[in-house]
Amino acid sequence: MELNKFILAIIALEPEKVGGCGAPIFYAVNREEQDKIAITLARITEGVVHDLENGTYIIVKH
Amino acid sequence: MLDAPYLRAIFNGVLIGNLIRYFMLRRDYRQYPSYPHGVVTHLSLGFIAAVIGSVAVPVLIEKEFMAVTFLTLAATQFREVRDMEREMLQHLDQARLVSRGPDYIEGIARVFEARNYLVMFTSLLVGGITYRSNIFYGMVAGIIAFLVSRKLMGGRVIAQIAQVREGKVHFKGANLFVEDIHFMNLGTDSVKETYLERGLGVIIEPFDDDARATLSSNGQRMAIAHDAAALLGIYKDVDTAEFTPIVRRDLDTGRVGLVIVPIERDIEFLLEAVKRVPVLESAYRAPLKTYIGRKASD
Repeated sequence: MELNKFILAIIALEPEKVGGCGAPIFYAVNREEQDKIAITLARITEGVVHDLENGTYIIVKH
Repeated sequence: MLDAPYLRAIFNGVLIGNLIRYFMLRRDYRQYPSYPHGVVTHLSLGFIAAVIGSVAVPVLIEKEFMAVTFLTLAATQFREVRDMEREMLQHLDQARLVSRGPDYIEGIARVFEARNYLVMFTSLLVGGITYRSNIFYGMVAGIIAFLVSRKLMGGRVIAQIAQVREGKVHFKGANLFVEDIHFMNLGTDSVKETYLERGLGVIIEPFDDDARATLSSNGQRMAIAHDAAALLGIYKDVDTAEFTPIVRRDLDTGRVGLVIVPIERDIEFLLEAVKRVPVLESAYRAPLKTYIGRKASD
């Protein structure tokens, strides 16, 4: 089975909820900025924004 | 030496064979085979198949068994047709916004191969009958063979195995649902708004256990998404993967849901498009035809 889903980036509001070094982490000051960064990164990487519903977005390549 | 009856048989067989191949080439929304070159390729292959079929009768009557061997050798070339089609469609699939999926491609490739054999058999029949009687009866036999093969080869469509109806697209938090079928988790408000404003949901309810098993095939579901997108247009580009139409299954009931963001937001025609998706040969399952399947279902 081929691994074909990758977390490309993490966009977080609360630094204590993310960590590790699997993907680059972008911190946003508010929801609005988080949305903006997420959309921009998703367009660039051709990934999809997913919402972990704890103030963290991840961008996944499907 | 070929004389007039043989020539009549061969010409009639080739002619009818070619006509049948032409009528079996369906250029429709699938945009395949493409016009004009794809069509020419397949007409040429159909011509070869017709020649092989119609030459077989005189060759057999002349007891040229060596020639028969060569003919069977030539016939095996048509196996390549399937590989050729499959390979090309797979390559093209990677460049599409909504892919056809392996089952659909296999189905198309198989149909192309099989139709050449149908042409071969029809030409054989037409050639034989023309030789034994006359051109008129040969033609009649060809037309009957065409109608019979069309009847036998006509596959089923989704409308025959399932009820297709509209479903409401909504979000629970970040999760996209059509009625109670979960599709995916999506971030950002703008994407959610687009789904709520432009998205359409369809629920496909299988009539029985056979249909449920068929709809569980991932390839069949990709075909549904592909055809819906091909007919209604798709609000998506390579960098907006979140608008890829997806088909998900309700594990409890075996119902299947489709969510799509079409260009033409018209539920009536979306339902019609889904109803007309062919039931793929490779996805078709029939557990109810077995004792165990029937017992397990009650």
